[in-house]
Amino acid sequence: MGQPIALTADHPHDEEQHHHKDTFITKYIFSQDHKMIGKQYLITGLIMGAIGVAMSVLMRMQLANPGEPNIVFQALLGKWAPDGVMDPNMYLALVTIHGTIMVFFVLTAGLSGTFSNFLIPLQIGARDMASGFLNMVSYWLFFISAAIMIGSLFVELGPAAAGWTIYPPLSALPQAMGGSGLGMTLWLVSMAIFIASSLLGSLNYIVTVINLRTKGMSMTRLPLTIWAFFVTAIIGVVSFPVLFAAALLLIMDRSFGTSFFLSDIYIKGEVLAHQGGSPVLFEHLFWFLGHPEVYIVLLPALGITSEVIATNSRKPIFGYRAMIASILAIAFLSTIVWGHHMFVSGMNPFLGSVFTFTTLLIAIPSAVKAFNYITTLWKGNLQMNPGMLFSIGLVSTFITGGLTGIILGDSTLDINVHDTYFVVAHFHLVMGISALYGLFAGVYHWFPKMFNRMMNKNLGYVHFWLTAIGAYGVFFPMHFVGMAGLPRRYYTNTNFPYFDDLADTNKLITYFAIATAFAQLFFVYNFVKSIFYGKKAPANPWSSNTLEWTTGDKHIHGNWDGPIPTVHRWPYDYSKVNEDGEYVIAGQDYAPQHIPLQEGEEEMDH
Amino acid sequence: MTAFLIIFIAALFAISVWQISKIVSLGKAPDPDTDTMEVANDDDNKRQGQYMLIFGIGLYVLMIACFVGYNDYFLPDAASKHGGEYDDLLLLTTIVIMIVQVLTQGLLHWFSYKYHGKKGQKALFYADNDRLEFIWTAVPVVVLAGLILWGLFSWNDLMDTNTDDDPLIVEVYAYQFAWRVRYSGSDNTLGDANVRFIEGQNTLGIDPTDKDGMDDMVGTELHLPVNRPVLFKFRSQDVLHSAYMPHFRAQMNVVPGMVTQFKFTPTVTSEDYKSTEFMTEKVRKINEIRRQKSKELVATGDVALDPYEFEYYLLCNKICGASHYNMQLKIVVESEEDYNKWLQTQTTFEKTLANAEN
Repeated sequence: MGQPIALTADHPHDEEQHHHKDTFITKYIFSQDHKMIGKQYLITGLIMGAIGVAMSVLMRMQLANPGEPNIVFQALLGKWAPDGVMDPNMYLALVTIHGTIMVFFVLTAGLSGTFSNFLIPLQIGARDMASGFLNMVSYWLFFISAAIMIGSLFVELGPAAAGWTIYPPLSALPQAMGGSGLGMTLWLVSMAIFIASSLLGSLNYIVTVINLRTKGMSMTRLPLTIWAFFVTAIIGVVSFPVLFAAALLLIMDRSFGTSFFLSDIYIKGEVLAHQGGSPVLFEHLFWFLGHPEVYIVLLPALGITSEVIATNSRKPIFGYRAMIASILAIAFLSTIVWGHHMFVSGMNPFLGSVFTFTTLLIAIPSAVKAFNYITTLWKGNLQMNPGMLFSIGLVSTFITGGLTGIILGDSTLDINVHDTYFVVAHFHLVMGISALYGLFAGVYHWFPKMFNRMMNKNLGYVHFWLTAIGAYGVFFPMHFVGMAGLPRRYYTNTNFPYFDDLADTNKLITYFAIATAFAQLFFVYNFVKSIFYGKKAPANPWSSNTLEWTTGDKHIHGNWDGPIPTVHRWPYDYSKVNEDGEYVIAGQDYAPQHIPLQEGEEEMDH
Repeated sequence: MTAFLIIFIAALFAISVWQISKIVSLGKAPDPDTDTMEVANDDDNKRQGQYMLIFGIGLYVLMIACFVGYNDYFLPDAASKHGGEYDDLLLLTTIVIMIVQVLTQGLLHWFSYKYHGKKGQKALFYADNDRLEFIWTAVPVVVLAGLILWGLFSWNDLMDTNTDDDPLIVEVYAYQFAWRVRYSGSDNTLGDANVRFIEGQNTLGIDPTDKDGMDDMVGTELHLPVNRPVLFKFRSQDVLHSAYMPHFRAQMNVVPGMVTQFKFTPTVTSEDYKSTEFMTEKVRKINEIRRQKSKELVATGDVALDPYEFEYYLLCNKICGASHYNMQLKIVVESEEDYNKWLQTQTTFEKTLANAEN
């Protein structure tokens, strides 16, 4: 890709304006450096991810051989698997905690927490977040909430088991299931702390992006990653407090005898005093966060993909402004579509019509994004680095998973596929797998920046292909199982002989799930080994335009060991040529953001 | 079918293994110039581009295999009046999304192969094109508008719970972990009910002072006369449940503290549905599987499985506790005559109360 241009004029290296004497504790534990906090988020998120994926494997093993003893269950679940047969309560607990961990702890904190923290200051040209201290608090609150969530697995009557949506009354009444006792209390406490953590983080991201951009970095010169993180943070600030309210009211109903969500209940031989509440209210509050949450998970992944695809295609992202408009449209629409989770909840059918309309509207900016990615690949010079493969994979699963949303978002069609495996297949592809691909793309792409070392590309390729095959192997056939009307969250399907012919497919899905889970070991090995023994990374390994590659390899708190670079152009001047057909910088197919316009070069209005 | 899929997947895994072996050999003799960087070189670009193409083709094969192999997973023709329209809309939507899926996945994987990086290849600086952006905003708008309109009209019809066509009024009552059905009797009006009236035999909490409730009958099976609209009233005594009747394309959550509703007209009797070609074949297959399984069970000293005969069912489709997976209700659709005959055998609430007093 030609020679990287010398970054900055020589400046006084001995100027130690940002250099503190770091102890182990201030450097690695209570660090206020956004780069370290990003890495803390990443590693915590990956560990939580390993737990979440392991849980899904246990569920799949149960579904493949329902009710049969398994030595793995006996070893891992202890008293919840008497004689190695999984207890139905444990199955529901796994369903619940798997969902909670993957959605909040891996794909919200692990993805957005990692890359927002790591990339925002580096890509906008800031020395750190607006408040390094709040940023540190945000991580440690996240850590505490993760610890409580894991701790809840060990309580006597089991962890929360009412599904990750924790609909009351099931989640409110310990009489209804064991997991709704102390387990649910811990779940609520953990989530309340998580929300506080997320809000502190989001506010910090917003303030940083608005205030701390370097000279020349106008909003329309921001990389799409930053746009995605910025808008994600806004959605989080708008919607997470509503979940907090829902959790608080649920705590009141559970512990202080209020009746926000409970009414007319007779359970275990007695009538409860609760009167006048409505579970449907809880559903509204929950999904007011729950749906934007999907985009909180997905937008950062799409932002990362935009950056990785443009860099590795050696082309500008197609339709930069359309991409920003799509992000904004998705963000806006995401807050007014929550009712599509509730078409058959008993809410007024007229609301169903409205939510069908808004839901199908959101397909439009999503479609624009997908088409723009494909067009970005067209006539490119694709550098097939592992990050690029995961980005292409993301576009593929985003389309496959997104399209079935047109069925689910249509209130009429939702009636018969609601809460079946069709839904499970849909959201796992569109937000689970796609967001995980985004996470992997980000890790492979920015690993050199994080650890100054390269990850092994061949292990990366193996990791990608096994994951890509496995993910489709698990989730594509699952649509058809759902079309047969198989409900989700069933401990076993054997009580309905009608589903007997689905058993083989369920086994097949399980084999794929196990294989895919084990394929992640390639990543773990590569990640851990490369941190310590990876090849030394060059300053700008992917020949990228964005500012983070201009810092050099001295990891200092303050990022640039000298003045912050000034920005002169947008981040997508890849393969830009002059009228004579030569690259604007001779011999180099990219023009980083801090390079002034060259003689005779025109700045285009993007 | 499953066998075919397994072979197909095995082939893909074999490619991966083959690649791993290549890596090992590459590891032994690294190209000093390019391979030390861990950045994709021309060989990588070419090979990974080819894999992308193979993967794209594989995805097509997977899609075809699933649609062909799992064809009999799709629910048979609907047994309700609105179900036909539901199925048409589902078919149209599926066709639309599969067209988009095939085109976009094709382009994505083809471009990934076609434009894989080569030294000296110049990418095209192509930043935007308003016309293209307009086209692929406008086309989804038009297509989606069509689908939305059709969907909304069906939705309005479906959710219309008026009683102008004199529907049969039936209550479906849910609790952990079973269903009860309350028939409204000769006056076709359900008596008032509340969990606070639950006592002894009165397990559904029918108000003993309400005259409308005296002829109500409580049963453990859902019997419906064919071709008469049925207005379902759903009630739960403890947690959320969902009454899902897949063969009628009907579902409604059952919410404690409120009454939810759904109306549809069953159009095929249980007997007719059982003897459709689809169902006989499906049941034959299932019984084949059950016979195989029974053999294994008997060999290990267990009880053999009963042979299966199809009946309509209603199942719980909202997580409701430990036995959520086994909360079912048998549905029988029969002629008006048979239905009335069966109804005669049920006990009215008045009699239940009298019996309780004796």
